[in-house]
Amino acid sequence: MTTLTTAFRRRLLRRPVESAATVPARAERPEASGEVAPVDIAPNDPLLAYLQSATGAVDVEELELVSPALEAMKAAGVKLAVPLVSQGELIGVLNLGPRRSEQEYSSDDRKLLDNLAAQAAPALRVGQLVREQQAEAATRQRFEQELEVARLIQQNFLPKQLPELPNWQLAAYYRPAREVGGDFYDVIPLPGGRLGLVIGDVTDKGVPAALVMAATRSVLRASAQRIVDPGAVLERVNEHLCPDMPEKMFVTCLYGVLDPATGHFRFANAGHDLPYVKRAVGSEELRARGMPLGLMTGMVYEEKETVLEPGDSLLLHSDGVVEAHDPRRVMFGFPRLKDAVAHYPGGHELIDRVLTDLRAHTGEDAEQEDDITMVTLARSPVASAQTSSPTRQLVEFEVPSAEGNERIALERVSAIVEPLGLGEARLRRLETAVGEATMNAMEHGNHYRADQPVTVRVVTDAERVRVQIVDQGGVSADRETETPDLEAKLAGLQRPRGWGLFLIKNMVDEADEATHEDEHVLELVMNLEGGSHDDE
Amino acid sequence: MTTSDTTRTTVRARGTAAVLDLAGDINAAAEESLEAAWDEAMSVSPTAVTLNFGNAGYINSTGIALIVGVLAKSRARGIPLSAYGLTSHYEEIFQITRLADYMAITPDEDSALRGAGGSTT
Repeated sequence: MTTLTTAFRRRLLRRPVESAATVPARAERPEASGEVAPVDIAPNDPLLAYLQSATGAVDVEELELVSPALEAMKAAGVKLAVPLVSQGELIGVLNLGPRRSEQEYSSDDRKLLDNLAAQAAPALRVGQLVREQQAEAATRQRFEQELEVARLIQQNFLPKQLPELPNWQLAAYYRPAREVGGDFYDVIPLPGGRLGLVIGDVTDKGVPAALVMAATRSVLRASAQRIVDPGAVLERVNEHLCPDMPEKMFVTCLYGVLDPATGHFRFANAGHDLPYVKRAVGSEELRARGMPLGLMTGMVYEEKETVLEPGDSLLLHSDGVVEAHDPRRVMFGFPRLKDAVAHYPGGHELIDRVLTDLRAHTGEDAEQEDDITMVTLARSPVASAQTSSPTRQLVEFEVPSAEGNERIALERVSAIVEPLGLGEARLRRLETAVGEATMNAMEHGNHYRADQPVTVRVVTDAERVRVQIVDQGGVSADRETETPDLEAKLAGLQRPRGWGLFLIKNMVDEADEATHEDEHVLELVMNLEGGSHDDE
Repeated sequence: MTTSDTTRTTVRARGTAAVLDLAGDINAAAEESLEAAWDEAMSVSPTAVTLNFGNAGYINSTGIALIVGVLAKSRARGIPLSAYGLTSHYEEIFQITRLADYMAITPDEDSALRGAGGSTT
């Protein structure tokens, strides 16, 4: 009994439900101080099963088993092994060396040890559980902190608000999974009124994915400002990402550039899920080939272009939509999403309806498996009344609001429009209308303020050319409203001026005004064949 | 379109009539020159005035307003006003604004002054 305290070594054990065979125990070799060196018991050692079923203290020297642990215990001078069993589970072994009196352990000693083991085992078990829970709590806390960091990174790199475009509806939805993935999207204003659209997905989750997402988004934004072609932009991003991309990580990404004036959407795809376009009848995929970003340098990205006609709607999406499972592990799937795009309205409503379908598919209470991102771009069907053929923007430029600068506008528009074959007389009429509209915009809209230029945009389709003159006067501007009457002017009843709008309306086939809060657009329309002012 | 920034109006006598030769753009910048020319022409009490647009360039709505002003003055004095040398485009604008209803638009100077007191040699 003299070695009871010095020979005792406790060891935390795994729970039996995990593996009773993994239970290790240590014996100790008697040393000068009376302590013995620890002895490990391998999980498959038959000694474990023996101790598990033993009814009390085991005489080690008399035990005969083919057991490396038993041999080690004997070599370490262990005389008695007292199993510590709690609720039928072996949670430790109390190893004792020889008594200091060098006498054998008596039956009273053994009873005392059995009683001690019976009381120590539950206490030891409680201690083990407390330490296990503390370890689990610490792990959980670290995990939650990492998730929070990942969420913060992602949220800071997503658009705070979406731009508003006349005749277009832009909507986006992003919901991270609990284990934040690497989804991202972006909307990038580009020179010339164009708009860059991005959707991407980084492999992996948590902070590493969020950091790669942030890097990808930043490089892409910078490249998009300097490079026009979407394929070249993705090439640049790929070259930047490759050197520092962590092993086994890559980024799928679709990048497209919209010309809102014409509906042209030019895009390239680095291995991302294909976008869908709702057409007048059905829906279609937009295909373009390209490897994901960050895998290898020197990649080339195919470019494709489509036209989003009035009434069309584009959906960019992440794999969290199509790969959502129902309780039977059936995926939502690409065909179902394509069908949804074909049959549902575009914009916000498309997103709402797809989410409803998704919830019905996975079950209301199912935990979201992956990030879900959707971006929709819908072209207003109202514009279809104006044209039925594809449109293209010929030019957009600004004219400083200064007296006489209408000449700049009309001469530049004239040079752009002349090749369209409008005819000499009709071209002169358009020149006059553009000059007058620009004068009105500079004077009444912008009040000749140097910091408020007039924007001139020329758009054409197969049937007509449209010139849009945009000023910043909005609804508050004091514009011409009086119809000029020469007799009244000669009689001094009207001021001599005030001919601008009158001339504009008489020079072009159609003149339409639209005023938003701080913007006024006068659109001059000339039919390319015939029209109400044919050349004589 | 002829691009010209120079705005200048000069006066010459043609018999008892006065000819105002307008050159360059007819816009706000032309106002001072045109008024001076009108005053100069009126100093000899002409029997008629004709506006020569042969060397005129761009005419904007402010320029139209200046012509309306000249027309109002000529009517106030009872002096017939005519014009020639307009391109077909600006002839159309004179029609649309009804200026052509109050001033004869002719193809040349002789036609403009015929019967208005100017010699037509």
